[in-house]
Amino acid sequence: MNDERLLLAHGGGGRLSRELLRDVFLPRFRSGILARLEDAAVLEAPGERLAFTTDSYVVHPLFFPGGDIGRLAVFGTINDLAVMGAVPRYLSCGFILEEGFERAVLERILDSMRGAATEADVEVVTGDTKVVERGKADGLFLNTAGIGAVPRGVELGADRIRPGDKVLLSGGLGEHGLAVLTQREGLKFRSEIRSDCAPIHRLCADLLRASAPGGIRFFRDPTRGGLAATLNEAAAGRPWGIRIEEEAIPLREDVRGLCEILGLDPLHIANEGKLVAVAAPGEADRILQAMRANPLGARGAIIGEVVEKPAGRVVLRSAVGGLRILDLPAGEPLPRIC
Amino acid sequence: MCLAVPMRLVEICGNLGTVELEGVRRTVSLDLLEGPAVGDYVIVHAGFAIERLDPGEARKTLDLFRELEGAAGGP
Amino acid sequence: MRFLGEFRDPGRLRAAREALRRAAEGLPFTTLMEVCGTHTMNAFRFGLRGMLPPNVRLLSGPGCPVCVTPNDYLDRAIALARRQDTLVATFGDLMRVPGSRSSLERERAAGADVRVVYSPRDALEFARREAGKKVLFLGVGFETTAPLVASTVLEARASGTVNFLVLVGHKLVPPALEALLEARNGGLHGFLLPGHVSAVIGADAYRPLARDRGIPCVIAGFEPLDMIQGIVLLLEQVRARTAEVRNQYARVVTPGGNRRAREVLERVFEPCDADWRGLGRIPLSGLRLRPEFREHDAEAVLPAEGLEPPREHPGCRCGEVLQGLVVPPECPLFGRACRPDTPAGACMVSSEGTCAAYYKYGKDHFADE
Repeated sequence: MNDERLLLAHGGGGRLSRELLRDVFLPRFRSGILARLEDAAVLEAPGERLAFTTDSYVVHPLFFPGGDIGRLAVFGTINDLAVMGAVPRYLSCGFILEEGFERAVLERILDSMRGAATEADVEVVTGDTKVVERGKADGLFLNTAGIGAVPRGVELGADRIRPGDKVLLSGGLGEHGLAVLTQREGLKFRSEIRSDCAPIHRLCADLLRASAPGGIRFFRDPTRGGLAATLNEAAAGRPWGIRIEEEAIPLREDVRGLCEILGLDPLHIANEGKLVAVAAPGEADRILQAMRANPLGARGAIIGEVVEKPAGRVVLRSAVGGLRILDLPAGEPLPRIC
Repeated sequence: MCLAVPMRLVEICGNLGTVELEGVRRTVSLDLLEGPAVGDYVIVHAGFAIERLDPGEARKTLDLFRELEGAAGGP
Repeated sequence: MRFLGEFRDPGRLRAAREALRRAAEGLPFTTLMEVCGTHTMNAFRFGLRGMLPPNVRLLSGPGCPVCVTPNDYLDRAIALARRQDTLVATFGDLMRVPGSRSSLERERAAGADVRVVYSPRDALEFARREAGKKVLFLGVGFETTAPLVASTVLEARASGTVNFLVLVGHKLVPPALEALLEARNGGLHGFLLPGHVSAVIGADAYRPLARDRGIPCVIAGFEPLDMIQGIVLLLEQVRARTAEVRNQYARVVTPGGNRRAREVLERVFEPCDADWRGLGRIPLSGLRLRPEFREHDAEAVLPAEGLEPPREHPGCRCGEVLQGLVVPPECPLFGRACRPDTPAGACMVSSEGTCAAYYKYGKDHFADE
């Protein structure tokens, strides 16, 4: 990597993000647990296994249809614990505020975080606050870390996936990313699209309860980089690949429309309340039923399966019948004219 | 440079109009269209309506190979 | 989605594919070219290439305005972005295109005020709000986009928004088609023409080309049904040995095109010679602002400091790819030094560059099973 400076794309969840992790961070923090690059680290502690994760939130604008940075920070960290099979319990939050930030806005964000924590039944137990000079923090940078316990017998990971397994998705793609994008000046589209920001830990617990032991191989929440990034991260370097059916993917009509207008691919856009689950073929239908029985999974569907070829890649069968590669997005989704 | 989509013109206000596709709306310029009417479908490119869509011609295009629809084999 | 979904209907597509099979039967090896980035992208997005019969080949020509925009345009945009007093507003397509040494994305990382807009009118809005800055809109695109920019310049003039400037890089399609045929010297049996450029210039604009060069032309829309029908109509002409302009996209394209859009374009712009990546200089194939709009012309008003001579990436074969002389995998950089996140040339970084489409949508073994 010969960029002297970081690009926005290095934080975008796509290829450049991966490379930054692999080339700059991992070699310095020598940890086998870290190197697995899962959404939370599962740690042995006397008598149990803990899941531990952290995330930073730099979203702009701070408030958007369906949520705000505070709500996002609470649910995002809960979701990273949830997809490792953990029951989220405790959060920390660290604030870096820019000098001049309005107190009333801070209070609104904190109220939102309190509401989110209550809704999700977790507790914010520690935190930190710093204020930096005007111009150094773009309003607010928020970090949350979370910890939860992984019940005995729950083992999830991409290394458990096998050809023949089914891929499930809990609902419509692209809503969070578009809700935030439509607030950017220079775009000015009016729509009902709202962020899908939500805590998915109860959905995960429902699915684990509904399946036989080992029936669920893997969970992930498709955040930045979208479904394409999530599936590619799972498949990279594996002796299997993933094939998904474009027609099976749930999508709101207005999301579909806005993507057509802007030339965006809904599979590259961030989600904040969706779950991807990979299940053993014999369990898939039962898990789908459990998914649909939960309000957050009402539009759930089986969207594809794990295949032997092409290994390490993700392919998509288009609604029109042709097959194509679904790659990691290059960077942030950009509206285009071409 | 050809990315443009058909949207319905739902409101006109002088030289500007509101277009809609699947519940998504935006204000666009009608400066390049002559005599647009509410209810027209227009092709929208980069914030401008650049042409009207003719539903009659659309129908003809859709029916072009109609006689083959039964004749075709599998997908 | 109205007027989109129907053109993706599986039943109609099956019928169209059957028509395609019949239209190609018994023909000698036929090479067709599409000259629109959106056609390139959609052919791959919908998996159309895999549906073509083995004796039909569809090449991607110079249809992406980003691909044909040479390095010196990008270099100038970058030099202007580095000024403290400018705000560069651009379509998203240009953000990652590599110039000789940098890109707009990198310049933004280094502190330049570069913003992506959906419409040139949004850039005009910035200019109204930020009176202290010179707002520089990057005017690229073919005849689909140039009238919009012209309309916006007129609006800027009418509202006295003197800090709204355009760095003009617009290009024209018909002269490029001529130059392409000249450069290739045969071996091309038909053009699939860009639907939205044609909506502006009209189907009749291509008649001299079809007649004088004896090449079949079909104007096609962008949905899968449109593109398959367009190819069928070309193959029918190949079989009948006719060389006419046929209009598959009649729901939008008329013989005379959009006269009003052309009037607006001609009021603000005039033709000029232009450099195309790969094709070189083509006479009267570009646009520039007329002298009376000089105050909105970025090139006239803003000196570009520190502008070095442009240079291409050694080994980059974008030029030949754009002429359809080479397919992306034949370029030594393809998939190695040149990938979507580390592009060497514009064909890879542009969302509709031929190389990006090949890379993203896969090579032959992902063709239809």
